[in-house]
Amino acid sequence: MGKTIAEKILSRKSGTDARAGQIVMADVDYVMVNDVTGPIAFREYEKLGTDCMCKDRMVLIPDHYVPNKDVASAEQAKEMRDFVRKHELPNYFEVGRSGVCHQLMVEEGFAAPGRLIVGADSHTCTYGGINALSTGIGSTEAAAAFATGRLWFKVPETIKVVLKGKFRENVGGKDLIIRIITDIGVDGANYKAFEFHGDVHNVPVSDRLTVSNMAIEAGGKAGIFPCDDLTLEYIKDTVRGDYEAVEADPDAEYCMTLEYDLSELEPMVAYPHLPSNGRPVREADVTIDQAYLGSCTNGRIEDMRIAAEIVKGRRVHPGVRFLVVPASQKVYRQMIEEGLMQIFLDCGAFISGPTCGACLGGYMGILAAGERSVSSTNRNFIGRMGDKNSEVYLAGPAVVAASAIAGRIVTPDMLEGQ
Amino acid sequence: MEKFTGRVWVFGDNVDTDQIIPAERLVASNLDHLNDFIFEKVRPGFAQEVRKGDILIAGRNFGCGSSREHAPLSLIEAGFSCIIAESFARIFYRNSMNIGLLLVECSVEDPREGCEATVDPDNGRVVVDGREYTFPEYPPFITELVNSGGLMNMVKEGRI
Repeated sequence: MGKTIAEKILSRKSGTDARAGQIVMADVDYVMVNDVTGPIAFREYEKLGTDCMCKDRMVLIPDHYVPNKDVASAEQAKEMRDFVRKHELPNYFEVGRSGVCHQLMVEEGFAAPGRLIVGADSHTCTYGGINALSTGIGSTEAAAAFATGRLWFKVPETIKVVLKGKFRENVGGKDLIIRIITDIGVDGANYKAFEFHGDVHNVPVSDRLTVSNMAIEAGGKAGIFPCDDLTLEYIKDTVRGDYEAVEADPDAEYCMTLEYDLSELEPMVAYPHLPSNGRPVREADVTIDQAYLGSCTNGRIEDMRIAAEIVKGRRVHPGVRFLVVPASQKVYRQMIEEGLMQIFLDCGAFISGPTCGACLGGYMGILAAGERSVSSTNRNFIGRMGDKNSEVYLAGPAVVAASAIAGRIVTPDMLEGQ
Repeated sequence: MEKFTGRVWVFGDNVDTDQIIPAERLVASNLDHLNDFIFEKVRPGFAQEVRKGDILIAGRNFGCGSSREHAPLSLIEAGFSCIIAESFARIFYRNSMNIGLLLVECSVEDPREGCEATVDPDNGRVVVDGREYTFPEYPPFITELVNSGGLMNMVKEGRI
């Protein structure tokens, strides 16, 4: 019997014949921590009292509460800086040369096809968009990986997702993944991986990263795309070191098969308080106080271009704050170079530097009781972006931009005449 | 593995880690008192009511969402001896088993808050309010992990 991509990568990294259901010990290519999950890992590592440290494989990216929100977060970020200095760690990314951790992992070339990457952040599954098996872990096990470069993995069963056709205008990866999560539920892929097949060449890499990013919102361990010419073009200037892409065997075994005709998909919005509460935007009747464009899900330059095209020559609705948060300094710079900053400023948006900030209810856009935000982020749990009585509606960049103008959740083609 | 008996608290399906401990509490200076914030948005005052040895029973997908280890840490610090749920989200499962919070995958019918539960992990047996349930054996690696006292002990012993 053949193997899935997840089984192949775990076989290679564990030196065993890894099959779904087994638990294997495997070597990781990289282990990443951020400012929230790092401190527990640093303390656990120091308690080990070992000299062993896989420094080249460790990546440290402060992004959740930086630039420092307050004294407590300043102390926390400093704990990471002190750890980096003490151990002379090479892969640390300081504010101003950094961004949201998952965007950096791709931009800086740590993520690459065929690699096994773990990160103490649940959205580490993002790099499946470029054919990596990447998954979220905890802080203590990050500390274990600092010391040993190894971790235990349960080899996941895999759900095969067959894509047909092409996205229509203003429909993209976010709409696809909200559709999938709505169909199978927030635990529909628990302990499992997704593997994407079919007309994948019609799906831009940026959209693939969005889809893989939210695999965790269905409980998934990973969401893995094949490596094709679009992948190679996307990573060619940035990837570090050698890598070996992995494809599934034709006779690999899958626990479930899902099929989606991309040309039939329409813009989706996930209502509070679960990402599985997806509905077509045309059925929505929701006024908003805030529209948030950013995060590891939809804070890439491609998302900024889509949104800028929609708000160009228009004004943000008087009752709305439109927050634009590029996912990295590189995206920020590209926005300046392509004239997108001007468009967002002209329409009345607030633009900040990269941070996870408001996505997780940290800062820079917290919601008051009763307020509603449409958001290009990934979670709409109770109180996720602020007060427990606030509401988050998840959507893609086109719907977020159109909604910022309309003052309610709409698709761009509902803006005619505005 | 150790047997536990304790007072029961009942939660529903899809209890996410933001509910267990909100993101705004995730700063290093809170690490020695994470239990103060447990379920503060969805059950205000809960932290004051939990006693050492209590057992939490939930529905499907307990611990979904973020990878924050602060979630199982806050449950341990609050005094919970173990969590029984129909299913657990995978990162929460890893985190808990790695740091010594025992999880039991078992579906309990209409548990009553405040009743007594007993968990016998080695024999795959749970008794809630006098009714007995069974759950499957842990994989050998997980048993070894728990009996070692957690992942870092296995690393210290050179077993990883």
